[in-house]
Amino acid sequence: MLTIAGRLDSGSFLQAWEQSVEPCRRNVPRKLLVDVSAMDYCDGAGLGLLSELRRIVASSHGKFELAGVREEHRRLLAMSELTDPDAALRRPAREGIILTLGRFAAEVMGDIRQIITFIGELLATLVWMARHPRRLRLGDMLATAEKAGANATGVVCLLGFLVGLILAFQTAGPLAVYGVQPMIPTIVSIAVVREMGPLITAIILAGRSGSAFAAEIGTMKVTEELNALKTLGLEPVQFLVVPRVLAALIVTPVLTAFNILMSIIGAYIVMAALGYSLSFYINQVMGAVGLGDFISGIFKGLIFGLIVAGIGCLRGMQTRSGPGAVGDSTTRAVVSGIVLTIVADAVLGVLFYYLHI
Amino acid sequence: MKQDPSKSRPIIQVQGFAAAYGGRTVLKDLTFDINQGEVFIIGGGSGCGKSTVLKHIIGLYDPAAGRILVDGQDITAAQGEDRLGILRKFGVAYQSGALFGNMTVLENVRLPLEEYTAFSDAQMDIIALTKLRQVSLEQAAGKLPSELSGGMQKRAAIARAMSLDPQIVFLDEPSAGLDPITSADLDELILDLNRSLNMTFVVVTHELPSIFRIADRVLVLDAARKTMVALDAPDTLRDSSPDAWVRQFFNRQATGEATSASNETATAKSAGGKI
Ligand SMILES: Nc1ncnc2c1ncn2[C@@H]1O[C@H](COP(=O)(O)OP(=O)(O)OP(=O)(O)O)[C@@H](O)[C@H]1O
Ligand SMILES: [Mg+2]
Repeated sequence: MLTIAGRLDSGSFLQAWEQSVEPCRRNVPRKLLVDVSAMDYCDGAGLGLLSELRRIVASSHGKFELAGVREEHRRLLAMSELTDPDAALRRPAREGIILTLGRFAAEVMGDIRQIITFIGELLATLVWMARHPRRLRLGDMLATAEKAGANATGVVCLLGFLVGLILAFQTAGPLAVYGVQPMIPTIVSIAVVREMGPLITAIILAGRSGSAFAAEIGTMKVTEELNALKTLGLEPVQFLVVPRVLAALIVTPVLTAFNILMSIIGAYIVMAALGYSLSFYINQVMGAVGLGDFISGIFKGLIFGLIVAGIGCLRGMQTRSGPGAVGDSTTRAVVSGIVLTIVADAVLGVLFYYLHI
Repeated sequence: MKQDPSKSRPIIQVQGFAAAYGGRTVLKDLTFDINQGEVFIIGGGSGCGKSTVLKHIIGLYDPAAGRILVDGQDITAAQGEDRLGILRKFGVAYQSGALFGNMTVLENVRLPLEEYTAFSDAQMDIIALTKLRQVSLEQAAGKLPSELSGGMQKRAAIARAMSLDPQIVFLDEPSAGLDPITSADLDELILDLNRSLNMTFVVVTHELPSIFRIADRVLVLDAARKTMVALDAPDTLRDSSPDAWVRQFFNRQATGEATSASNETATAKSAGGKI
């Protein structure tokens, strides 16, 4: 037997809980009669307290009853009858390591499959677009090219310059030990033309544009704009992905070229400080890297641009629902853009080696 | 508005349809036709699957079971040009509006015209403006969707759905978020287009006044039973449906909204309410 009088609200809740729920829990009564005839007011917290009492008593198969319910409280108090609170409150058990591992593996495999499907769809659409060039959203493509390309020139050049400078500076020390500092131009130019230029450009592109693509398309997914496109008969791949990927295809070779050029200028600063002349430097660079190296570097840039832009769009289209979804997609776009770029770099490296490029 | 014989040719046939999200069935055993030229309402409590039915009919998702035929063609199986041919008949206004955020309202309404017609720029502009006029939104033509209120976005989405004068217009809760006057205007617009152009309307709505004003027939879905519980003219359902929950749905008070079959006794109230 328990009597509740006065106001049962969030103000008196803690005290009431101490005096009713706690003793009840320590010593579960077989039958609990709660007299609420003197209760003037009961809010959501109060209902929760009654629900908890009911649950405690019910869980040991006892009997719970409200006595003296006032007419105006009847409907309100009926809400303290939860259907199956134990089931609803039970947290899903933490999964074991095996299950987590398996789920992770399945997710990775599923993702690889989706990437392959996406590549196929993109290629098919590109081929189709080649035959229907008027369907290309030229305006969108140029706008994207401006944002992803023209507006990125500054940062691409700056990073290129710094990378060249740093590479030259870092190699200068060890090379001095062997007295072969004149090798600096050779080493740095091969590194930047064949590797660093395309990679740095791809990383900048992933951070600036891959993420932007994912966010733009992801937002459209969340707001059902993608569905609206589909019902207009406009495939998102054709309408959104192709302009972005083509824009990236146009801008990355140019950006890569800028990046490489600035690296070579950056490295010259160190050489000049070490007292070498410009003509010597240029001679060394020209001797180290030929047109073939340059083209292979630009080609890499092109492939990386394709990967970063494509994966950015794919992550956007994979966006799930919910407020955090777009943020997740942009993160995933940047991370997988960079990872796949470096994987592709390794594959291309091996390929070029066997093709003697 | 009772059934007239000209409205008996089925344009959409749903047969043994079931829908599931990630293995969880939300609807099953749905079989009904939507006739050419009728105003067909999909009703039911919140979360019972109205939008789900709509999205399946317009081919966004594949049914978990059964078929959906549009003019005799299976929309799930249709590919390429066939599919475009079907989609070309549709105009859809989504529950969330789904306006393209990087285009102005006018450009949104123009987009379907750009994609499907050979009209000149000036022609498309004037057609799009006329559509916006129909939903009293021509003042906002140059604005971006983010600069509109919720109700204005809804109306812009409706204008976009109508821009190609489609055969079948799907509206998902078009009057949610509209004031009663604008909402009544929208009902008038639907009726006008329906009568003068014989457009078929498939409208998801909870608004009883609107249902009684425009509906030829109402399909009622129930979340608890995960299927359809009635399909008939609204007056018939209100007065003589064998199903107590359906009668209650059409008689409910503005506040006592029925949500599931299990509480049919709890909130049974007298007729009238919002009507
Ligand atoms: N994309 C989705 N993924 C998983 N479940 C979904 C998805 N969309 C809807 N559902 C589920 O399907 C059921 C029906 O949803 P639906 O959106 O069709 O309801 P509704 O009748 O349109 O509701 P409302 O009147 O609130 O718009 C709900 O239980 C919902 O949780
Ligand atoms: Mg809905």
